[in-house]
Amino acid sequence: MDLPVWQAMYEELGAKGFVPFAVAFDSAGKVAAEPWIAAAKPAYPCVIDMRHIVAELYDMVNVPTAVWIDERGRIVRPSESAGATDAFRTLDRKTFTMPEESMKEMQAKRLAYQDAIRDWVANGAASRFALAEAEVLRRMHTPDDNQVRASANFRLGEYLHECGFPEAAQKYFDAARRLRPESWNYKRQAMSLKDPTNPLSASGPEFWNAVDELGDKKYYPPVEDI
Amino acid sequence: MAEISINLIYGDRVVPGLAAEVRGAQLWLRGEDLERATGWTFKPEGFCKGAVCIPVPPARAAEFAHGGRYNLAALAGILGQPIVADEEHRTWCVGEAAAERARTLRSLEAPDFSLPDVAGRMHSLSEYRGKKVLLVSWASW
Repeated sequence: MDLPVWQAMYEELGAKGFVPFAVAFDSAGKVAAEPWIAAAKPAYPCVIDMRHIVAELYDMVNVPTAVWIDERGRIVRPSESAGATDAFRTLDRKTFTMPEESMKEMQAKRLAYQDAIRDWVANGAASRFALAEAEVLRRMHTPDDNQVRASANFRLGEYLHECGFPEAAQKYFDAARRLRPESWNYKRQAMSLKDPTNPLSASGPEFWNAVDELGDKKYYPPVEDI
Repeated sequence: MAEISINLIYGDRVVPGLAAEVRGAQLWLRGEDLERATGWTFKPEGFCKGAVCIPVPPARAAEFAHGGRYNLAALAGILGQPIVADEEHRTWCVGEAAAERARTLRSLEAPDFSLPDVAGRMHSLSEYRGKKVLLVSWASW
């Protein structure tokens, strides 16, 4: 969880006009998100998005995913991994340890991402990380018909879950997962709601099997310039 | 065809208790309910919302309007909106069209939203206009 990282960046850069706006994709709501928020004590806005509406609006399929928005409310970097990499895939699933090399790679990417933010805050539109419109558009993914159908299925599932029909909800979560298999948000949210008392339900065997099925494909598509 | 009471998820709203007739995949609403739930009305020129009117081919008019009821599934079809139904719980969900989603995203204007924090206080993205915002997702799971 990166909430403490964004808090440190806010303390460092808040006076220079920077603000993190954190969104929790948590259909279980406050109950699920609150312990993490209480521990991080964020002074920046930290909201709970039970329906994953921000994921839909900004076409986010994973966490942590970020979009950079400038002072005029314009997108200067579209949805991309916020400093996370696939190094976690080298985790030893029995001992929960990772090779030192992977630890270093993870840390280096996180720091590079934070440095890119610092550069943007210092240089604004002149920062090489604040992309020109054509480049934002080139990198931006927009959903196709199947993917908006996935959204509608997820929304129906989330609503049924909220109304107290968890089994019916899973049917629509399954449809959303089939229609948009690249969305880890759909997959892991559904796993978590299926087994809500198990805090590792979205990072257990079902999760790792899905990660293994990726084969050579990336869990976090690499960011070209960071 | 018997009338049943349904819930409709439309955009960011849930409209409960709409009197609907369901025929297969078709969902027929009364004119006033269609307007209340979706903002669309049926006029001689077609389905209209604000200044926008979508013409209905005269040869296919019966698919859209019949006996004072209007077919929301057919309207969603011409708008490219996905529609998903759970008949057991009498709930229908109409989503955003892919073309509309793409148009919004590709304008590069950050779409606004309002969501609550743990204390229930609402925060809108637009409150932070004038700042550099890192909009970033996370999850407890």
